[in-house]
Amino acid sequence: MAVDLDRCTGCQACVVACQAENNVSLNLEEAFLQRRAKAWIRIERYWEGEFPQGKARFLPVLCQHCNNAPCEPVCPVYATYHNPEGLNVQVYPRCIGTRFCANNCPYQVRFFNFQEHVWPPPLNNGLNPHVTVRSRGIMEKCTFCLQRINRGKREARAQGRPVRDGDIVPACAQACPTEALVFGDRNDPQSRVARLLQAASARAYRLLEEMGTDPNVVYLMKVERLERS
Amino acid sequence: MEERRILSDTEINLDLLAPVYGTPRWFWPVVGLLGLVVAAAVGAFIWMLTQGLVVTGLNRPVFWGFMITNFVFWVGISHAGVMISSILRLAQAEWRRPVTRAAELLTILALLTAALFPIIHSGRPWRTLYWVFPYDFARGIWPNVRSPLVWDPAAIFSYLTGATLFIYVALLPDLATLRDRSLGWRHYFYGALSLGWRGMSRQWRLQALVGILLSALILPVFISVHSVVSWDFAVATAVEGWHATIFAPYFVLGAIHSGVSAVVTVMALVRYLYGWKAYIRPEHFDALGRLLVAVGLAWFYFFALEFAFGLYGQDGPEVALREMVVFQMPWAGLFIVFLLTAFFIPVPLWLFRRVRRNIPLMLLLSVLVNIGMWLERFLIIVPGLARKEPFTFVWGSYAPSIVEILLIAGSFALVCLGFLVFSRLFPLIPLYDQKEGQVLRQEVEVGRARVKAVIREE
Repeated sequence: MAVDLDRCTGCQACVVACQAENNVSLNLEEAFLQRRAKAWIRIERYWEGEFPQGKARFLPVLCQHCNNAPCEPVCPVYATYHNPEGLNVQVYPRCIGTRFCANNCPYQVRFFNFQEHVWPPPLNNGLNPHVTVRSRGIMEKCTFCLQRINRGKREARAQGRPVRDGDIVPACAQACPTEALVFGDRNDPQSRVARLLQAASARAYRLLEEMGTDPNVVYLMKVERLERS
Repeated sequence: MEERRILSDTEINLDLLAPVYGTPRWFWPVVGLLGLVVAAAVGAFIWMLTQGLVVTGLNRPVFWGFMITNFVFWVGISHAGVMISSILRLAQAEWRRPVTRAAELLTILALLTAALFPIIHSGRPWRTLYWVFPYDFARGIWPNVRSPLVWDPAAIFSYLTGATLFIYVALLPDLATLRDRSLGWRHYFYGALSLGWRGMSRQWRLQALVGILLSALILPVFISVHSVVSWDFAVATAVEGWHATIFAPYFVLGAIHSGVSAVVTVMALVRYLYGWKAYIRPEHFDALGRLLVAVGLAWFYFFALEFAFGLYGQDGPEVALREMVVFQMPWAGLFIVFLLTAFFIPVPLWLFRRVRRNIPLMLLLSVLVNIGMWLERFLIIVPGLARKEPFTFVWGSYAPSIVEILLIAGSFALVCLGFLVFSRLFPLIPLYDQKEGQVLRQEVEVGRARVKAVIREE
């Protein structure tokens, strides 16, 4: 996935889309005050400069699906592991909730279910039937919309063709009005994400790259407007 | 050194078995009180089990708090037993004799209490079985041996097995003494436990041999336990303040510091409660105090090194974390209390012989050390998590909830309760060891010279 910070407006549409797609629990005021709110993708907002010249900076942070994920080796029961496709996945039935993975995640994108979550009617009717409703006591995190990936592969197989670029779009990328989030196969040089990263390679960087986590999410730096003095 | 009265064997038996034969007047009220605290903790645990961890103060990013601090603390306390029994036995320090059993018992009780905490602190304690035991053979899913959380149970259960064998082998002669001096169910109880001990020379030889072998064999385990616990943190690469490569020896020394202090606490309390003034004497506290000066200084050296390493790297977030712990409230307050209680008050005072032989003062200082060492673990674990990342957006803080405080109080009450129950069933000071010590001190006159009556072979 590529995140083009130059296009991000901080509108939070991705956050809402993710919440709806993945049955992420309701972030009530109480959960916020307890610092237990969940958002598989979040927009971090930073202010730069003082008020009149202040600039807002937005940084969407989701699970980076690190190739060398620090969360994986510390789980005692293999509840988090690397699947053959290179996704960092969480096995809910296996998880016992030691929360070691969350401690060892430098991006802070793993969430713990401190309690059994409820969706009061009629919100319960809005739950996505393709996504597990997580019980209490386990970890959860961004899956890159695993259910959509599976559906894309299934449909491609039914039609007897390989998965094409654009078949699989995670909810956040689909909802992004400025197309700041681009998802695709970087190994395919013709895919949109590969072409974007090729074109904007000068702006590309990865979050906390110095930690050696080798993330699969690439950020594209914001283009600074030169101030004329 | 003051002249020590030589006690007869009968006197030793009667004195040291007094709590087994009769109930002291304070016993039941104290047991009731401790039982209430334990019951409150059990209630808190059940409440936590039904509601989920929402009732704790844990949050994102501080996923580990009081309970893990307490786990590390009790594993630290458990280092007392082996330090006293095995190292001092191998070093042939005579003053260890009355202290050994209480120290070993402290090891076992502290380990059992510590082992509870990672389990009750997990999100789904009822499913933790396959964490420790690889039971899922059918699907071939085994515990992840790369995880320090799998090394933990291995280290703790090895240590628990070793320590239990240790205390049991040392109990055998005393169990036989009890068997020969009891009636009714107790006779059969001690009879079964004493494994046919008749005091034959072969049995004594084997018992001594096993004791020495266990002393030597348990040493590597002793070092490994707290090293493994420290790796729970040192292996987590993402958390500032958990990076130091010297965490293992630093934690082991901290554990010995708090463990030996806890032995001082226990000895002072036992001496006062059971009136064993002739057995636990000022010179024992003197020796423990001298040991503590050495251990305390070594621990402080590692503490200073760890701090220096943190600053030496000049890694921005790491330096900011240290700055927060040292200068910002409430961490700064805790930090000062920790430094004063764990080192700057007790260790300089222990340099004075008068202090080391003043038992109420030793009790106070040893309790202070453990307050400090508890805070030390807290200050390692929580601030690092609260300031885990360079991104300020997800910084956090932590305050314990009443549930966590009750669980901590319950763990202390549980260990005290274990001690009291043990003291009613088994002698807290080894009888045979005491007698052996006396025999070794006896002297005979040969001509004009006074020589030892017995010479040890080992």
